[in-house]
Amino acid sequence: MNEWIVPVLLTIITASTPLVFAAVGEVVVEKSGVLNLGVEGMMIVGAITAFAVGVSTGNALLAIIAGAVGGMVMALIFGILTLNLLANQVAAGLALTIFGLGFSSLLGYAFVGRTFPGLPKLEIPFIGDIPIIGPLLFNHDILVYASVFFVMCTTYTLNRTRLGLLIRAVGENHDAAHSIGYSVITIRMACVLFGGAMAGLGGAYLSLAYTPLWVEGMTAGRGWIALALVVFASWRAWRAFFGAYLFGGISIIQLHAQGFGVDIAPQFLSMLPYLATIAVLVLISRDSSRAKLNAPACLSRNFHASG
Amino acid sequence: MILRKLILGSLAAAAMVFVSAAGYAADKKTKVGFVYVGPIGDHGWNYQHEVGRLAVERTFGDMVKTKYVEKVAEGAAATRVITNLARSGHKLIYTTSFGYMNPTLKVAKRFPKVKFEHATGYKRAKNMATYSARFYEGRHVVGLVAGKMTKSNVLGYVASFPIPEVIRGINATFLAARSVNPNIKIKIVWVFTWFDPGKEADAAKALIAQGADVIMQHTDSPAPLQQAAKAKVWAIGQASDMTAFGPKAQLTAIIDDWNSYYIARTKAFLDGTWESGDVWGGFKSGMVKMAPYNKAIPADVVAMAEKAKEGIIAGTVHPFTGPIRDQSGKVRVPAGKTADDGMLAGMKFYVEGIEGNIPK
Repeated sequence: MNEWIVPVLLTIITASTPLVFAAVGEVVVEKSGVLNLGVEGMMIVGAITAFAVGVSTGNALLAIIAGAVGGMVMALIFGILTLNLLANQVAAGLALTIFGLGFSSLLGYAFVGRTFPGLPKLEIPFIGDIPIIGPLLFNHDILVYASVFFVMCTTYTLNRTRLGLLIRAVGENHDAAHSIGYSVITIRMACVLFGGAMAGLGGAYLSLAYTPLWVEGMTAGRGWIALALVVFASWRAWRAFFGAYLFGGISIIQLHAQGFGVDIAPQFLSMLPYLATIAVLVLISRDSSRAKLNAPACLSRNFHASG
Repeated sequence: MILRKLILGSLAAAAMVFVSAAGYAADKKTKVGFVYVGPIGDHGWNYQHEVGRLAVERTFGDMVKTKYVEKVAEGAAATRVITNLARSGHKLIYTTSFGYMNPTLKVAKRFPKVKFEHATGYKRAKNMATYSARFYEGRHVVGLVAGKMTKSNVLGYVASFPIPEVIRGINATFLAARSVNPNIKIKIVWVFTWFDPGKEADAAKALIAQGADVIMQHTDSPAPLQQAAKAKVWAIGQASDMTAFGPKAQLTAIIDDWNSYYIARTKAFLDGTWESGDVWGGFKSGMVKMAPYNKAIPADVVAMAEKAKEGIIAGTVHPFTGPIRDQSGKVRVPAGKTADDGMLAGMKFYVEGIEGNIPK
């Protein structure tokens, strides 16, 4: 039993981690009232900047930072367009994704066919040797721990701190927040940049740890899944975390089921993660008034001080 | 507003004049066009076609001028790209994905003087030829090597879509592996994508966790091979030599080599001897090649693999030699016969001994 359950669970952790990063980042962005559909674009730029720096310097930490910075630069473009120049958020977000996919191909041209040794595992002595629990909980690379750390931080910050209150205020009613003297644009820009950094880290995890290589379009739609997870999570970071693991878990289990020869159409099994996500979404949002309460009231509405 | 429209309109008109002028600019070089479905940086299918294009440029130097368009979606977008190539003076156009079949045919009818070459399709015209490669010959060799190298007697196969091309590959691999190792089993995981490195890697991990110690793939990224290297099991490269992603893991790779075909057909065009037709080439024509064998493979296994390859070239070995039964036990290829091209092209069944069903 241990022989296969541990590898299955380990694969689930790797499959879910990039989604956790991107989704948690987007939760914060949307909580501040900004809808950034460019997650896929920010992720893939994060993937290539991380990989490029990793291969060039051989330094994993620099590579991770580069991934976050790559995502942030993309987010900055989005922020300037939508927050300062008041461009439509949906259009700007879609454009960011298309731009990111093309731009990353350009950046990555010289890195096709290169390899990276992967991220070192941070083995914790003694506890890491406990059977099952050891390898599952205490034997990962730094990004896996970081993803959990960011989920906890985000949940705490949004719900328990003054900063979180500010972010939510800006997202719920930007005019009110503005009238009592808070800079809506600055707060939103900070959230957008945080979202970019998280998406970049998700991308970095893909190109440094998940499949340590660079190929064009390697995010393969994960940014879009992260966006869906935010709605699924009704804008709560910890729920986004579980959503990501639910999605990752079912996608992995269906691959293993095929290998075991479970006689269910693989097309159906491939569909399961989406189906399960929709089912849970229906269950948690069956009370429509409560679901609406969760969505930030100013989501995707531009703010201008004159208005 | 009106002014802006005027400016835009005149700009567009100027651009059109410029484009058509460029098209008329008489160039002594023969223009050859290539259309790719994915990025040339995929390190797989499209990459190999691009290698072929560069070979044409090298061979003919100043006589030709080539142009490629990558990431062209199958369907209406392809029609537009192919038309543009034909209109801008390209006399020979290679379209390299199955879904370009109807678009190519449509454009071929409109430009009877332009010659078209379509990869992997079955529709032809007087000025439209087709070409494809017998990758199953490579799968046969791979199956022999894998059958000998496995310790667990389980092969893992990351499959894309249940189409004849992929099923043929699975069958060819399994038949060859079983011929040298009667206890062989093959586990197949369908990922329903040509390209998703993460998912391909996950499928490989699942297969490895379930005991497969040779990982093969019919998807485009090197991710499965990389996972095999990480787990210290064997793997087979796909479409191009993937040694870089697992120097110790790659036993060999099945390489698509379009160079000789592209050179020969471009030469025929320049000589004025180009004719439409259908080429389904394998080892013999050099369209399918094997990457260098891993040093860890014993000499007798390499010799056996090379012998099979020579046999296929000489015509004495056929990967689908009867008796071949399907899973229900029905004889599909009688003893002493070999499968004909029609059967190979439409193969929709697993051979006897493979467990599980083909997804419908």
